[in-house]
Amino acid sequence: MSVAARPSALSHRPAAPAGPQTPGSRRRAGLLLLTLLVLGLACAASVAIGARPIAPGTVWDAVTAFDPSNGDHAVVLSRIPRTVLGVLAGAALGLAGAAMQGVARNPLADPGILGVNAGAAFAVVLGIYVFGVTRLTGYVWFALAGAAAAAVVVYLVASLGREGATPVKLALAGAALSAGLMSLLSAVLVSSQQTLDTFRFWQVGSVSGRDWDTILAVLPFLAAGALIAVSTGRMLNGLSLGDDVARGLGQRVGLSRGITALGVVLLCGAATAAAGPIAFIGLVIPHVVRSFTGPDYRWILPFSMLLAPALLVSADVAGRVLLPPGEIPVGVTTAVIGAPVFIWLVRRRKLAEL
Amino acid sequence: MNALARTPRIAPDGAAQALRTVRKTAGRRRTLVPAVLAGAVLALFAVYVLLGTYSFTIPDFFRILFGEQIPGATYILMESKLPRAVVGTLIGLGFGIAGAVFQTLLRNPLASPDIIGISYGASASAVCAIVLFGAAGTTVSAAALTGALLVALAIYLLSRRGGVAGYRLVLVGIGFAAVLQALVNFLLTRTDIRTASEALVWLNGSLNNSSWDRAAVLAGFLLVLLPAAAVLARTLRGLELGDDAAAGLGIRVERARLGLIVVAVGLAAAATAAAGPVAFIAFLSGPIARRLMHGQASLLAAGLVGSCIVLAADFVGANLVPGVTLPVGVVTGALGAPFLLWLLVTSNRVGQGG
Repeated sequence: MSVAARPSALSHRPAAPAGPQTPGSRRRAGLLLLTLLVLGLACAASVAIGARPIAPGTVWDAVTAFDPSNGDHAVVLSRIPRTVLGVLAGAALGLAGAAMQGVARNPLADPGILGVNAGAAFAVVLGIYVFGVTRLTGYVWFALAGAAAAAVVVYLVASLGREGATPVKLALAGAALSAGLMSLLSAVLVSSQQTLDTFRFWQVGSVSGRDWDTILAVLPFLAAGALIAVSTGRMLNGLSLGDDVARGLGQRVGLSRGITALGVVLLCGAATAAAGPIAFIGLVIPHVVRSFTGPDYRWILPFSMLLAPALLVSADVAGRVLLPPGEIPVGVTTAVIGAPVFIWLVRRRKLAEL
Repeated sequence: MNALARTPRIAPDGAAQALRTVRKTAGRRRTLVPAVLAGAVLALFAVYVLLGTYSFTIPDFFRILFGEQIPGATYILMESKLPRAVVGTLIGLGFGIAGAVFQTLLRNPLASPDIIGISYGASASAVCAIVLFGAAGTTVSAAALTGALLVALAIYLLSRRGGVAGYRLVLVGIGFAAVLQALVNFLLTRTDIRTASEALVWLNGSLNNSSWDRAAVLAGFLLVLLPAAAVLARTLRGLELGDDAAAGLGIRVERARLGLIVVAVGLAAAATAAAGPVAFIAFLSGPIARRLMHGQASLLAAGLVGSCIVLAADFVGANLVPGVTLPVGVVTGALGAPFLLWLLVTSNRVGQGG
C-alpha cells in the first residue's frame, strides 16, 4: 500500500543498530522484564487456581516437595503440563501473528482469520478419518501440511491483481477458504460419528488434558519456528517500507517473505496441532505490543512472544473459574476477548496502513 | 440518461447501429435467461419428485395429487417428496436473492451472508436451542431466525460510522463469525455425542425436516420480501455505480442501502430458519447468474439459479450413495469450495476482489 503515507516507518531508524546504550532501548528492556514478570504471575496462577480449590501452601509443597500419596499434589502436578503447553502455544501464536502482520503488511493478519487454522483442522480430520490417526504425534504432520497449504493458497489468491494483498481481500480469501474447508469437513463428520467425537474436543481449542508426550512431539517444530521467526525482525523492518524500497536497500524480498512464511507455518501448524485452533491471540497481541514498542519488528517479535502466552494462560485460568464445575476452553475465551479488539481495529480509520 | 440517448444521433450510422444491436441483445437476454432458468427449475423439480429411490409415473403423480389414495405412494409423495421439493425451491430463491443483493451492494463477489457472519448468527442461536434447551422442529427455526436478525442488526450498528462502508461491514461480520463459530464449537463439546451429531446435521443445512407447515411459513415470508426486493432492485442498479453516482441519479443512498440490507437479511434468515445454513447457495448463485446474463446483475436470475442448485444438490445427496442420505449442505459445500477458489482467482485478477 502507500509507502508515502508512512513517514514514521522511514524515520524510525530502519538500519541503525539498536544498541543497549540508547535510552529507548533501556526503557524497552525494562518493559521486557515487566512482561516476563506478568507471564510468570500468569503461570503461577495457572498452577495454583483451578476447579478444585487448593491452598497456596499446599501448591508450594507440591512443587517443592512432591508427595505421590497426596491427592492435592497430584492435581497441582496435572496442571503443570497444561500451563507449559499454554505458554508454548501462546508464544507460538503471538510470534506467528506478529510475523504474519509484518510479512503481509496487514493489520488484520491472524492465523484464524486467514484460514490457516481451518487448513490445519481439515488436514487433522482427514488424518483421523482416512488414516485412523488418534495420537497427537500423528496430528502434527497433518496440521503442518494443512496450515502450509492454506497459508499459501490464501496469500496467492489475495495477492493477485493490481493492488496486491489488501486487508479486505486477505480477510475475505481467508474467510471464504475457511467456509469451504469447514463444509467439506462437516461432510466427513456427518458420516462418521466416531470422528466427530474425537474431533469436537480438538476443534474447540483447549490446552487441558494434554500430556508431556504431546508437548515433546510439537516442541521441535515450535523451537525451529520460533528461531526463524525471531530472527526475521530486520527483514520485516525492511519489508515494512514497501517492496520497492526494501529492494532498493539491497534486500531480497521474495526470500525474506519465504523465510518468514516458513517460520509462521511451523509455529501455527505445531501450536494448532497441540491445542486446536485458537483464534485472535495472534491478532490482538502484536497490536498491543506495537502501542508501546513502535514499529520496530526487532522489538515487536520478542514482546509478542512473551505477552501472548501471558494472555493465553490468563484466559485459560479465567475459563476454569468462570463456569464451575465445568471449564470454558481457552479457544472460546480468547475469541470472546479478541473479537471486540478486532472490531475496534476495524472501526479505526487508518486500517490499510502498516 | 439524456446525454446517452443523444449520442447515437451525433455518432456515425455504424456506431448507432452497433449500439442498437447491443441493447437489443441485452434486452432479449434479460427476459430469455430467467425464462430458461425457470424452465430448468421446473424440470429439476419434476426429476426430483418423480425419480429417486421411489419413483412415480406421471399419471400416478397427477392421480395422487388430485386426491387418489394409493397406499404408501400417497404418503411418500404428499408428506415427504413434495414438501421437500417445495422447501428446497423456496430456500434456493431466498438464499440466491439474498446473496446477490449483498454481493452487488458491497460490490464484492465474496461478500455473501454465509461469509459475513449472518448465517453464523442463525447457527449459534439454533445450536444453543438444540443443546441447552433440547429444542426441535419449529423452536429451532424460530431461534435461528431471531439469531440471524439480531446478529445482522449488531453487525450493521457496529459498522456504522457516518454511513456504512462496505469493507467495514464485511470485516465486522467476519469478526462476529469467528466468535459465533467458537461458541458453536464450545456448545458441541458440552453435550452428548447424539445431540452433537443432530446439531451438526442442522449446521450443515438439510431438507430432512421439511413439512407443509414449514413450506407455508417460508412462503409467507417470501410473499412479503420478494416484492420488496423487486421494488428495491431498481435502486440496487444505481448503487452498483458507486455512492456518488447513485446520489447523482437521485437515489437516497443511505436509505436505499438500509432497505436492501433489511430485505436481504430477511430472506437469508427465513431460508436459514427453514433448512439450516446451507453452504454456498447464497455465495454461488449471484456470480453464476451474472455470468449467464453477461455481466448484468439480476436478482430474479440469481434466485432461480439458487433453486436449481438446491434441487440438484439434494437429489444428488439423496441418491449418490445408496442407503446414505447426505445433507444438502454437504453436497453444496463439496461443489462450492472449488468454484469458490476459481472465483477468488478470477475476480482478483480483474481487480474486483475488494
